[in-house]
Amino acid sequence: MENEIAQVKATAAPEGSDRRLRRLRDRLGPLLRQVVLLPLVLISRAIDPVMRLIQAKAGTGGMIAVFLIPNMAIFGIFVIIPIILNFVYSFTGGAEILLDQRAWVGGQQYERLTDCQNYLDPLSCREDLFWRAAHNTFFFVLFQVSLMVSVSMITALILNRNMAGRGFFRAVFFFPVLLSPVVVGLIWRWILQREGLLNLIVTNFGAERVVWLNDRFYAFAAAIGVSTWAHMGFFTLILLAGLQAIPKDLYEAAEMDATPPARVFWRITLPLLGPNLAVVLVLALIRGVQIFDEAYVLTGGGPGTATMFMTQYIYEVGFASLLRNPGLAAAASILMGAVLVVLTLMQLGLSRRAEKARER
Amino acid sequence: MKKVFLGASVLALVAGTAAAQTQTPVRVMWYSDGVEGAVMADILSRFEAENPDINVILDNVAFQVIQEQLPVQLASGTGPDIARVTNLKAQADHWLDLRPYVADPAYWEANFGDRFDWMRPDGSDAIPGFMTQLTLVGGFANATLFEQAGIELPGPGASWDDWIEASRQVAEDQGLPAAFSIDRSGHRVAGPLAAYGETFIGDDGLPAPLSDDAMEFITRLVDWTGQGLMLPDTWVSAAGTTYRAAADDFTNALIPFYYSGSWQVANLSTKIGDAFDWVATGSPCGPVGCTGMAGGAGLVGIRYTQNPEAVARVMDYLASEEVVREFTERTLFLPAHAGIVAEGGLNFQSDDPNVPPALSRFVEASGETLPATDALPAWRWANSVYGALVTRISQAMAGELTLEQARALIDRDIADQVEAAR
Repeated sequence: MENEIAQVKATAAPEGSDRRLRRLRDRLGPLLRQVVLLPLVLISRAIDPVMRLIQAKAGTGGMIAVFLIPNMAIFGIFVIIPIILNFVYSFTGGAEILLDQRAWVGGQQYERLTDCQNYLDPLSCREDLFWRAAHNTFFFVLFQVSLMVSVSMITALILNRNMAGRGFFRAVFFFPVLLSPVVVGLIWRWILQREGLLNLIVTNFGAERVVWLNDRFYAFAAAIGVSTWAHMGFFTLILLAGLQAIPKDLYEAAEMDATPPARVFWRITLPLLGPNLAVVLVLALIRGVQIFDEAYVLTGGGPGTATMFMTQYIYEVGFASLLRNPGLAAAASILMGAVLVVLTLMQLGLSRRAEKARER
Repeated sequence: MKKVFLGASVLALVAGTAAAQTQTPVRVMWYSDGVEGAVMADILSRFEAENPDINVILDNVAFQVIQEQLPVQLASGTGPDIARVTNLKAQADHWLDLRPYVADPAYWEANFGDRFDWMRPDGSDAIPGFMTQLTLVGGFANATLFEQAGIELPGPGASWDDWIEASRQVAEDQGLPAAFSIDRSGHRVAGPLAAYGETFIGDDGLPAPLSDDAMEFITRLVDWTGQGLMLPDTWVSAAGTTYRAAADDFTNALIPFYYSGSWQVANLSTKIGDAFDWVATGSPCGPVGCTGMAGGAGLVGIRYTQNPEAVARVMDYLASEEVVREFTERTLFLPAHAGIVAEGGLNFQSDDPNVPPALSRFVEASGETLPATDALPAWRWANSVYGALVTRISQAMAGELTLEQARALIDRDIADQVEAAR
């Protein structure tokens, strides 16, 4: 009997303290909220008359523009103006940094970049390093995007199944996306360098040490692999969202008809995933063209110039090199920007088409 | 009691704020290869204690910031008040002439005057600053590895071929990945090129086309890399003008011979400790001489400072004989102060028995430099030459260019730079 009383007391005590806590929270909560929101309330009261005046003058449409001004100002200062400046820079020459000290050279920088006897042979070009970078970027995009889309697709299909630890695996595949590209590059450099982890494993199995990053093929493959590893989670997530949006009844109907899994994939999953796949493809293309940080930290552009991509070329010519040429770097970035604009327009076009398809 | 305490606190706060407001700020942009950042911070804290009206802010930054960001700041007329820089000549227009501000210009002329031309525009008599250290490019050998392999260290007058052959034997005997390495830098190979007869500067003061003499050493260097004698990790595995040191490969005993410079002494001493014995070797010889490249880092005032008088007081303090001596002894650098060099008797603060002979060897080797290398630090186009050399030699090593293609492209890259600067 005594034990039972003790037990009741023991359970009653926490309940009592819970209630007290809840009461305290109920009282303090609104108070705290008021304190936190006080500055906002004061600010909004202060600007209220001004905003009313503007609304009276500009109307509802004008108010939309007013609210957009802060965002557009930041966008203008940090994006639009630099793009315009970059464009102007590309028509100037010399090593000076300030625009007013630079000589106007017209389209000379573009002529220099595009002066080639044979575009497939960088050495026949006036600016051979630009064309080496362009070739490397083209092949990088070709292989990396193919690999990225394929691996993301397979991963998304696996993670979409009912399996044990699905949440855990989704987190695992997404984790590299959260890492800084520099950290990604460093981690893989430590793994792949001469005295790195991979060689430790290889030599422990009695095999010859391979200096992966000194070999043109392995270094290029490493740049592709590491970049895919780092960004795959993001694309997997987009595809996973697409997979989950496909109505389940379609699969149930296919199951009732005893449709083979491969046919289900080609006839149901892939067509319905089309819009997401298009977005993934174009985003991966854009990211591929912009490849820089992780590849730069991983390989430094070497061996030779085997992994020097367009962004590194621009960075080297414009900032890092002892042979700095800001005008040439600006012109190269404009050309790269043109490629990105084309890819972005493709993405917009595909998105619109997908939207229309959905509406139908 | 509480009121008294509160009152005292408020007074202290007001006094502190007032003092901070009356102090003149002097911002120093500083990079470190080894321990010199900590030594400088210590010295500057003593300066502040003696000069309470000046607040010195020491910004320790990466060398890359000095190379990439400082030029942009200078071009826009901003930047720190004082900076530690290696690219002194090319940016000479941005340095402050300290002559009207320093306490005794004659002291500066007498002790640092020999190197003012490294950091001021041609024909100027300005006092832009002083060299915090002199450096000399030269080699280091892992004496323990040579001893274990039973190979004699090549003696004075040994050629590049002698050194590479001896190192090859050591590497083979000890199962090392390569015989030697050179830092990935045009500055580092400029000495050997001069030792083979390259003069760099044409009669008109502009860069001369690369000579056959220079090509002889470049051909050797590329061949040594192809044969696996030179560690490819440093030069081949990067593009452009990226700087890479091979110090870690030497400290990890992966190579028996390492060609770098005197500034590595403190770094090697710290990292190697008593793991193995190492010696400074000076520069191997070519047909013309056994020269390394002299150079160093200079501390300069910036023209755009708002407080030139305060800058001059800081510079006067740092350039004083007592402070230069202390800085040199604690950092294991070669001094650039003529008085200290003449007086000698430096008491380098290191327990490492490898350090004193290494520094003595560099001092000795500084007398062996050739006029061709002595002229480069004060030559405007030196960096253009260094950049082109690194980029194109690396490509030749990687098999992307033939030697003749590399030669033509080096000349073209340098010509482009000259053209762009006109």
